[in-house]
Amino acid sequence: MQSNKLSILEHRQVSVRYWHMVVSAQGLTEQIRPGQFFNILCGNRALPFLRRPFSIYRINREEETIEFLYLVQGAGTREMTNMKVGESIDLLGPFGIGFTLDEQWETVLLLARGVGIATLAALAQEAVAQGKQCIAILSARSRNDLLAADTLQGLGVDVLKVTEEDGNSDVTQVEELIMDILDKRKIDAGFTCGSKRLSRLMQKVSINNGFPAQVALEEHMACAMGACFACVCDIREGDAIKSVRICTEGPVFDLSKVVMA
Amino acid sequence: MNMRSRNLEVKIGNLALANPIMPASGAFGVEMNQAMDFNRLGALVPKSITKYPRGGNPTPRVCEVTSGMINSIGIQSKGIDYYIKEAIPEYAQYPVPLISSISGDTVEEFVEMCQIIGNHPDVDAIELNISCPNLEHDGKAFGMDPDISYDLIKRAKQVTDVPLIAKLTPNVRSIQEIAIACENAGADALTVANTFLAMAIDIHTMKPKIGNIMGGISGPAVKPMIVRMIYQVYQSVDIPIIGCGGVMNPEDAIEMMVAGATAVQVGTASFINPNSMIEIIEGIEAYMIDKEIDDINELIGRFHADGTPNLCV
Repeated sequence: MQSNKLSILEHRQVSVRYWHMVVSAQGLTEQIRPGQFFNILCGNRALPFLRRPFSIYRINREEETIEFLYLVQGAGTREMTNMKVGESIDLLGPFGIGFTLDEQWETVLLLARGVGIATLAALAQEAVAQGKQCIAILSARSRNDLLAADTLQGLGVDVLKVTEEDGNSDVTQVEELIMDILDKRKIDAGFTCGSKRLSRLMQKVSINNGFPAQVALEEHMACAMGACFACVCDIREGDAIKSVRICTEGPVFDLSKVVMA
Repeated sequence: MNMRSRNLEVKIGNLALANPIMPASGAFGVEMNQAMDFNRLGALVPKSITKYPRGGNPTPRVCEVTSGMINSIGIQSKGIDYYIKEAIPEYAQYPVPLISSISGDTVEEFVEMCQIIGNHPDVDAIELNISCPNLEHDGKAFGMDPDISYDLIKRAKQVTDVPLIAKLTPNVRSIQEIAIACENAGADALTVANTFLAMAIDIHTMKPKIGNIMGGISGPAVKPMIVRMIYQVYQSVDIPIIGCGGVMNPEDAIEMMVAGATAVQVGTASFINPNSMIEIIEGIEAYMIDKEIDDINELIGRFHADGTPNLCV
């Protein structure tokens, strides 16, 4: 963890609800892992008052930049859209435990919903860079919100899109989609982010089909560094249930251990 | 002139602090050593410990409000055995006084914990979080009742020699009444104060923004009320006051000292800038140089010394 004031290189609205930001991250990119996050100061005022945690959308180690794809949702993200190219942004991080990619895994399945797509996009790049086959089911309210789809396709990821707009994003429909994939291909690991319902689905499917899965969880945070105990979740360890901090022990967890509320 | 050394040392009972700045319990953990140098703090105040492990409250446990935040963490704690085995040694490696914050469900539990923690060689003082709910009195906080506060402090004083600091709740009719009860019982200092009971509702979901419905508000939103309470308590008791509530910068800390605080705790500010406490210490020093103040003790209660009339409010 370190306190960083990084220069904004690009910042633009990419759809009705989403913005994309590229920041210069010299000397920082080597240590960042997909699934980790930064706690960003969106404005220094009465409201937004607290920082906001943002997962990393892209780690560009060649250009030494990091990218965020964020949904404009409340006071913090609304304020963030006012930041201009050339200004600096105050980020604390990287925080947390990121995703694990086993060398043995050949094919991985990503199941992402909404802004969770951004979190899994960073992982997809890493998986592709390691020569793994990557299948991604991207779910969103509208086609407009599937903006990372083209980028992921460009990387060679097999992208399957489901939306409310197209009426094919029900959990049962997504389950059928996953079962179709499992009929045709051997999945070595699953990853999910952005939806409790889809996380529950991935938990069930991964356990039933005997492959490991990881989830990146989200929660309201204050300190993001393990001091305040605001962002907790329950983890099953043997017969015991343990309360852990998402910011420190996570945000990525072994999905089979997560007690889905 | 500017090279002359300035005294920032203050005393809480018989405990000397190198400077008046310390964390507010609940907003501090060992993890924060990544962001600041603990050696520079006046004291270390870890999160409140309970006798037995407890899980804490449902999420969301925090929510943002204008100029502050509401929290209802529920004192998630690993219990006193873990605290002694793991937490105290972690903090003891710093040459800074360790003030253990304790929280109990009953008066008896507070006394038992004071006996154990208060006789540990690495613990320099105890802050009793009497703002937490008293399970023997329908969940009403100990610190809402002067008689219970008196009884609790009196009994705790009998089992340990380290300074005892009572952390008062601001959610009372008269904080002076509780302050006097604690002083009469032998408290060595008072923390003024814990968070104010608060609530926020999401108008889109019609749900509370805090899992526990109500929580405590902290941050700059509460600071003027805390300054007022420090001012009132200072007039009522002779023991040192530790100001706590919404300090974001050196000016806020100085203001509390001028109102009557001997030391100042910083909580919420550390969530936004984890190096806040160090910057506040540096800012106080700069202020002293600028104002040609040699000894920080000259600032404590300065407002009263200047002959301001004691108006009835």
